[in-house]
Amino acid sequence: MSLPQPAPDRGGPAQPLLALEGLVKHFPLKGGLFGRTRAVVRAVDGVSFTVAKGETLGIVGESGCGKSTTARLLMRLMEPDAGSMIFDGEPVGENEQAGGVSLRDYRRQVQMVFQDSYASLNPRLPIEESIAFGPRVHGLPAGEAVQRARELLGAVGLAPESFARRYPHELSGGQRQRVNIARALALRPRLVILDEPVSALDKSVEAQVLNLLVDLKEGFGLTYVFISHDLNVVQYISDRVLVMYLGEVAEMGPVGAIYDRPAHPYTQALLASRPSMDPARRRTKPPLTGDPPNPVNPPSGCRFRTRCPHAEEVCAARKPNMAALGEGHVAACHMADPASGHSKAGSALEAVA
Amino acid sequence: MSAALDEARPAPGAARPLVRLRDLHVTFATRDRTVHAVNGVDLDLAAGEVLCILGESGSGKSVTMRALMRLLPRFARITGGIEVAGRDVTAMSERELADFRGGEVAMIFQEPMTALDPVFTIGRQIAETVQRHEGVSRQAAEARALELLELVQIPSARRRLAAYPHELSGGLRQRAMIAVALACKPKLLLADEPTAALDATVQIQVLLLLRELQRELGMGVIFVTHDLGVAGEIADRVAVMYAGRVVEEGPVAALMAGPLHPYPQGLLGATVHAGMRGRRLTTIPGAPPLLDVVPAGCAFHPRCPHAEDACLAAVPAMRSPSPGRRARCLRVPDGDVS
Ligand SMILES: Nc1ncnc2c1ncn2[C@@H]1O[C@H](COP(=O)(O)OP(=O)(O)OP(=O)(O)O)[C@@H](O)[C@H]1O
Ligand SMILES: Nc1ncnc2c1ncn2[C@@H]1O[C@H](COP(=O)(O)OP(=O)(O)O)[C@@H](O)[C@H]1O
Ligand code: SF4
Ligand SMILES: [Mg+2]
Ligand SMILES: [Mg+2]
Repeated sequence: MSLPQPAPDRGGPAQPLLALEGLVKHFPLKGGLFGRTRAVVRAVDGVSFTVAKGETLGIVGESGCGKSTTARLLMRLMEPDAGSMIFDGEPVGENEQAGGVSLRDYRRQVQMVFQDSYASLNPRLPIEESIAFGPRVHGLPAGEAVQRARELLGAVGLAPESFARRYPHELSGGQRQRVNIARALALRPRLVILDEPVSALDKSVEAQVLNLLVDLKEGFGLTYVFISHDLNVVQYISDRVLVMYLGEVAEMGPVGAIYDRPAHPYTQALLASRPSMDPARRRTKPPLTGDPPNPVNPPSGCRFRTRCPHAEEVCAARKPNMAALGEGHVAACHMADPASGHSKAGSALEAVA
Repeated sequence: MSAALDEARPAPGAARPLVRLRDLHVTFATRDRTVHAVNGVDLDLAAGEVLCILGESGSGKSVTMRALMRLLPRFARITGGIEVAGRDVTAMSERELADFRGGEVAMIFQEPMTALDPVFTIGRQIAETVQRHEGVSRQAAEARALELLELVQIPSARRRLAAYPHELSGGLRQRAMIAVALACKPKLLLADEPTAALDATVQIQVLLLLRELQRELGMGVIFVTHDLGVAGEIADRVAVMYAGRVVEEGPVAALMAGPLHPYPQGLLGATVHAGMRGRRLTTIPGAPPLLDVVPAGCAFHPRCPHAEDACLAAVPAMRSPSPGRRARCLRVPDGDVS
C-alpha cells in the first residue's frame, strides 16, 4: 500500500496512548469600557485522564461542560493554558531530539470527526478529493491519494463508483458523516476523537454509523475518544467513561461501574434523567432542579454543590479529592472520600442502592 | 342518577375530537423543485389527550403541525380537511386565524427565541398576549403574567417578569415560552420538539412540567419528537410518520411493546438503549425517499425486509388488527372491522 502505515507502537501495550495531566483552558470574556478582560470562562479547569491503547473512552456531560474544548485541546487545535500531554510516552510538541513528538507528527496520528458533518468538508470539492487532501499535503502523489480515498469510501460503505465524484450537498447527513470518518482515517491515525459524531443523525442512521465505527476500530486497530451527551450511546460504545461537570472531571471508571454503581451524585442524577421508553415506568419527580450554573463563576468547593441533594458545609469549603473506588473507578465527591468530614463520607456507594 | 341517563351520554371515545385531520396533503412547489411533504394524513386528537408524532427528519411532522395553524408559506399547496374544536381551519379568514393562533391553539418550539421577542421583557410579552386575546385591563393582564410564571415554576417569578429573554438560562427560557403559549388557556397545545435542545437533567424537568400542566388545564397536546424515550414519558397515543404519511398509530404502551409496521419495528431495534452493549445494532438499510414525487405504494418498501410486489402497487390502507391500533402495512391482519 502506498500510504505510510500507522506510526509504530513505541511504549508497548501497557503504555497509555495518551496521558493528560492538569489540562486547563480559560477563555477571556472581553467587556467593559476599554475591552479589558473582566472575567474568564473556565471551560476546562484541571482535567487529567489517560486513554489506553485500543480502548474507547466515552466523555459525557451537559452542554457547556467543556467536552468540545477538551476535544480541541486533544487535537491541539488550540494551546492549553496549562497541563501536559504525553502521547505514547513522548511529550507532545516538545523537542524531538529530547524524545518529544512534534506537533506535525502528532496531528497525523490523531484525527477528529465533528458533529456538524459539513464542517470539515470543502463544499466545492468532490468528496474523494476532500478525503485525498490530507495524504497529498503529507506528500503522497495525487493519483495514489485518490486511490486511497476510493478504498476508504468503500470501507465506510459508500460505493466509490457512485459516490466518489459527488459534492457534500449531494449526500444525506449520514452519508456525509461516513465521508468525514473516511477523511479522518486517510492519514492512518492511531487515535480518533469523535465529538458528537452521531448526534445530528436520525436513529435509523445513527445505528448504521455506530456499527461502522465498531467495525473500523477493529479493522484499523484504532483507539477512540467518543464524546456525546447521549448516555445510552456512550454506554453502548465505551469501555471506560468520564463524566464532566463545569470544566472538571466528576467521575471516571469502567463503563459497568459508572452505569451500575455511579458514586457521584451528578452521575446518579444524569442517569436517572434518561427518559424511559416504558410508559409504565414514568417518573413523577425530576432528579435535579434548575440548570447547570455558568462556567464563568463556578461555585466554590465542589462545583455541583448548588444542585446536589447531599451538599454540606464541607462541599462549599473544600474541593473534593478524586477518591479511588477500585478498578480505576474514581469520583470527585466528599461522600466517596472516607476522610473528607462529610456526614455521609464513605457511604457514596450505598447512597445509590 | 338513573342508568338510562348515563347510557344516553356519548362514550368518551365517541365525543367529537378536538382535532380532526382528513386526507391532509401539503406540497411545496418552487421553480427549482417540488417537495411532497405531507401525503394524506388522517389524525384525530381527543380533548385532553396527548399524542406524540414520531418520525425521522423530513417525514413531515413540523409541516403537519404548521398546517393545523395554517402557518405555512403562501406557496404551499394545502388540501384536505383541518378541523380544530369543531371549526374548519381551512375556511378561516386572516382575522379569524389571528384570534385562533395564540387563543384556542398555541405552539411551542425547540428554539424559544423563535417564539420570544428579544426586545421585550417576559412579563410584557405575556401581558400583551393576554390583553390582545382577552381584552382585559393592563393591570389584570400583568397579574395574570405573574400567575403564569408561577404556573410554569419559574423561581423568583416576580423578579423574572422584568427579565429579557437573553437574560434567562436555556431551561428558564423554555419555561417562559410555555408561559406565553398558555397565556390564553389554549384548548390545544402544539409542541414541536420543545425539549430536544435541552440538557438531560433539564429536559426531564420540562417534560414533567408539560405533563403536569396538560393534566391541570385539560389541554389536548400534539407533541413532535424524534425520541422514543420522550414519547414513553409523555404520550397517551403515538402516531409514527414516514415520508409524509402516518404508517402506524396506537396507545403508547402497546405500540412501544410491539409495533405492527416494519418501520417502527426497525426504529425500535435501531434505538440504542441500556443493555445493548456488545450486541450489533440492527439497522434500517438505506435512507428515506426524496419527496420530489409522491412515493408510490408503501413508501417504506425500498428499505423493508418483507417487501413484495403488492407493496408497490398501491398505498396500503390502514388496517386495524385490534381496537385502537392501526397500521398501513399489507402484512397486518384487518381484524377489527367495526
Ligand atoms: N417552507 C418550505 N419550503 C419547501 N420545503 C419545505 C418547507 N418546509 C418543509 N419543507 C420540506 O417538507 C418536508 C417535511 O418537512 P418537516 O419540516 O415537516 O420535517 P420534520 O418531520 O419536522 O423533520 P425534522 O425532524 O427534521 O424537524 C421536508 O422535505 C422539508 O424539506
Ligand atoms: N472560543 C471560545 N471563546 C469563548 N468561550 C468559549 C469558546 N469555546 C467554548 N467556550 C465556552 O466554554 C465552555 C465549554 O464549552 P464546550 O467545550 O464547547 O462545551 P461542550 O462541548 O461540553 O458543550 C462553554 O461555556 C462555552 O461557551
Ligand atoms: S462533594 Fe458534596 S456537593 Fe459535591 S457531589 Fe459530593 S456531596 Fe454533593
Ligand atoms: Mg460540544
Ligand atoms: Mg421539524
